[in-house]
Amino acid sequence: MRPRRIVSDFKVTARGYLRNSAAIFFSLIFPVILIGIFGLIFSSSGSLPTLYVLNADHNSAASRQFLATLNATHAVSVSLVNGETPQGFSDYLQSQQYSAGLVIPAGFGTAYAAHDPVQLPLYVNPGDQATSGAAEAAVGSAVTAFNLHAANGSLIVSAAMSEIGGRTYTYVDYLVPGLIGFSILTSPMFAMTEVTATYRKEGLFRQLSLTPLTRAEWLTSKIMWYTALTLAAAAIMISMGYFLLGARFIISWEILPFLLLGPFLFVSLGMLSGSIAKTPETAAIVGNIITFPMMFLAGTFFPVSSFPPFLQTIAHLLPLYYVIDGLSAVMLFGNNVRALVDLVVVLVIAIVIFIGAVLAFRWREE
Amino acid sequence: MAGNAIEVSGLTKAYGPLRAVDGIEFTVPAGQVFAFLGPNGAGKTTTTEILEGLRNRTSGNVRVLGLDPWKEGDELHRRIGVIPQEFKFFEKIHPREAIDYYGDLFDRPVDPESLLKRVYLLDKADSKFDTLSGGQKQKLGLALSLVNNPEVCFLDEPTTGLDPQARRAIWEVIRQLKADGRTVFLTTHYLEEAQLLADQVAIIHHGRIIVRGTPGEIVASRGRPDRLRFESGPELARYLAAHLPFAVTSEDGHVDVEIATPADAQRVFDTMSTSGLGTPRFTVQRDSLEEIFVRAVGQMDDGLLKSEGGA
Repeated sequence: MRPRRIVSDFKVTARGYLRNSAAIFFSLIFPVILIGIFGLIFSSSGSLPTLYVLNADHNSAASRQFLATLNATHAVSVSLVNGETPQGFSDYLQSQQYSAGLVIPAGFGTAYAAHDPVQLPLYVNPGDQATSGAAEAAVGSAVTAFNLHAANGSLIVSAAMSEIGGRTYTYVDYLVPGLIGFSILTSPMFAMTEVTATYRKEGLFRQLSLTPLTRAEWLTSKIMWYTALTLAAAAIMISMGYFLLGARFIISWEILPFLLLGPFLFVSLGMLSGSIAKTPETAAIVGNIITFPMMFLAGTFFPVSSFPPFLQTIAHLLPLYYVIDGLSAVMLFGNNVRALVDLVVVLVIAIVIFIGAVLAFRWREE
Repeated sequence: MAGNAIEVSGLTKAYGPLRAVDGIEFTVPAGQVFAFLGPNGAGKTTTTEILEGLRNRTSGNVRVLGLDPWKEGDELHRRIGVIPQEFKFFEKIHPREAIDYYGDLFDRPVDPESLLKRVYLLDKADSKFDTLSGGQKQKLGLALSLVNNPEVCFLDEPTTGLDPQARRAIWEVIRQLKADGRTVFLTTHYLEEAQLLADQVAIIHHGRIIVRGTPGEIVASRGRPDRLRFESGPELARYLAAHLPFAVTSEDGHVDVEIATPADAQRVFDTMSTSGLGTPRFTVQRDSLEEIFVRAVGQMDDGLLKSEGGA
């Protein structure tokens, strides 16, 4: 291993990459676009689902009190609807594509004061579980409070709820480690699969084999380059998430091992899939078969814990899962024990794949 | 330098039942240009790659600069330069950077300017490789193969597919390599190229060397005698045949007279002047390597067809 040769090959690799606008777009700009798009789409999911309320009894103190109680649940945000009739309210909700609506019927205040039974029609769209569930919970708890008050009773048992870890996690918080994982996976995998297969076909490896450059030196410079690229992409995504999307995470040196081992793993895996395929075309297919499941199922765009159980099982078989899980453990939960376990798993997989890649990779033929 | 740069004996390369190279033998003295000719698929590239250490051999003995190319490839590669057929390199690299890169790999000081000037590529020193023409790419390959100041240069069809000007530029570089005292191993299927550049020529066909020697020796031993060709008809042919002891043929409006010496030519012209048939335009015909090559390959194929037909 001669440093001069590694550095020189690194320079050639870097220049070639930086002069290739498609590669730059894919490795540095595309993740930024993804984080922007996903962040914008889902940042609104941090706010409360809306419950549309038609108050047909707006002169009564009881109806205003009921609305205040609904608001106090903090489960929904109440939006008043004017100019609709209770009979046409269901059609109105459908035409506006609203998922939850409540009618406070005329005479609600009078009935409540007289202790006469009264029903509040609640309309929900079962397809939108988040909104309809929140609406049912909010209305249910407001109704219970009113009933208790009417009976002069008070709550005996209640739950004291607080957020896990003493803080609220938003989708964007999960998105940043996931997309760093996405970038650790895709840049080296796609590029190395193609490079390995194309260089072999075009005789570039044979050309290099006629120089003192060794396979190990060549591979080292590629790992160095994709590590540098990963560090740059991670820095961009962390600052974007932090400053533009308001994501909150712990920045500590424990992130680094993942940013170093991840590229090592996927440069090797890309080289392996490029080496076992006979042509650049089949290499692309092999690369995609390996890459695509990881791109979506390893926790890149959504936390694996939100998956159905069988998909969670699949996710645990994907090497990228342990990279992203480790990054999340460090950045979101400060759980370094869990991160260490993930790191060991990544290290073992990386070493096995690296050895396989070196064995499958040939400069020259018999 | 003295002795042989390349020594090959009993070299065989088999791919399953096919013998791509079938027991060939030759030596290349240091400092010579050796042209290796043959039709496509004859075994040229396989042999070249075995010499370069890119491919293992099935059997036989091969020494390049005294080294076994397959087992001692690392040592050998520091001392030889190779340009493969259709040189390809990193798409986005500039020729100047490529030469610096090779200088780093070989741990040698390089001067990209002078090297690129030498192969007539200085004007493209800072262009991306994928924007270069076929000839310019080949020139970069040539420049890179010289970075380590090689003792032996292998050029595998360096001019195939190039325009006449680019070919001439590459020939000039090859002449310069020889003038530097380097050994050049050149494969080509342009016979003209071999005739112009080579000290020695070997023609390989179906994995066997069928003709070997200097271009002059091959033409002398394999070629037909030189011929005086007159643009004239059968009348002159009959007159010359009657008055001279040389073979005379008449065909397609020209008359060929086989001669061996300048004195023979003098006798032909003397006889012509007494014929009263005027003095037609004339040329001297001599077999080129190309004609000998086409005939030698053709005869071998005919022989194979006959032996297969008889079996």
